[in-house]
Amino acid sequence: MKAIRLPQLAAAATGALGVSIALIFFYAPIDGDQGLSQKIFYFHVPIALTAYACFAWGAWKALLHLWKRPEGADLESYVAIHMGVIFGSLTLLTGSIWAKISWGVWWAWSDNQLVLFLVLFLFYCAYFMLRYSVDPGPARANMCAVYALFGVVLIPVSFLAIRLSRSFIHPIVFTSHGPQMTGSQFFVFCVALAGMLTLFATLYQIELAGKRLDAHLKELRELLA
Amino acid sequence: MSPSEKYTAAAYLVVFVGVLAYVLIMATKLQRLQREVADILERVRERDRG
Repeated sequence: MKAIRLPQLAAAATGALGVSIALIFFYAPIDGDQGLSQKIFYFHVPIALTAYACFAWGAWKALLHLWKRPEGADLESYVAIHMGVIFGSLTLLTGSIWAKISWGVWWAWSDNQLVLFLVLFLFYCAYFMLRYSVDPGPARANMCAVYALFGVVLIPVSFLAIRLSRSFIHPIVFTSHGPQMTGSQFFVFCVALAGMLTLFATLYQIELAGKRLDAHLKELRELLA
Repeated sequence: MSPSEKYTAAAYLVVFVGVLAYVLIMATKLQRLQREVADILERVRERDRG
């Protein structure tokens, strides 16, 4: 990830998202059942998968912090979780809009996947409460790393909930028989997913650079004082 | 516009506004960092003069 420069990453994200929007509205077929609103799927699902990827990346960095203690792993874990909460918010918002047009309600408490995603989201929101209630230092870094690792358990549960659930209000797109969509739909979905993952990588690098710069400036101020 | 079109547009708009808000926050932070760098530079120059 470090080998790719930030401007190139940002250009790739802009390009992939631009192409995916063009493909969604001018290439992907209109769904016979849901009509135009099905096109929300091409952004909603990649955003949700990116949120899972952010939390998983944050947990991986937390594990590295506890295991090998490389410098900056705690900060990288924090930034990834911050990104996960942003993508998680977008997942909930786009999902609610899609639910309203498809099911007639903004939220369905009976749907296990929605509730489990909300639990995962709130769990990681509470991560910030923990982080900012403890003074900076090794103790805070360790506590946050352990908390981030606990949360990652919820990711497979949330992902599999729809398959284990008895209520089938939420559509199942990826089954053991592969993706339940046409080749062109799957192609557009993959481009949108690549765009979202590249956007995450870009925003992650930008925020990380900002946080590191902030830390260096703080150190400089202390040296000058 | 049909309800389907309105809701689809709203979903895409939410994502666009979300990313835009993030860019705005980062731009504000960048401005603050620029001010801090300028302040530190000024202090270093003053120290060198004094």
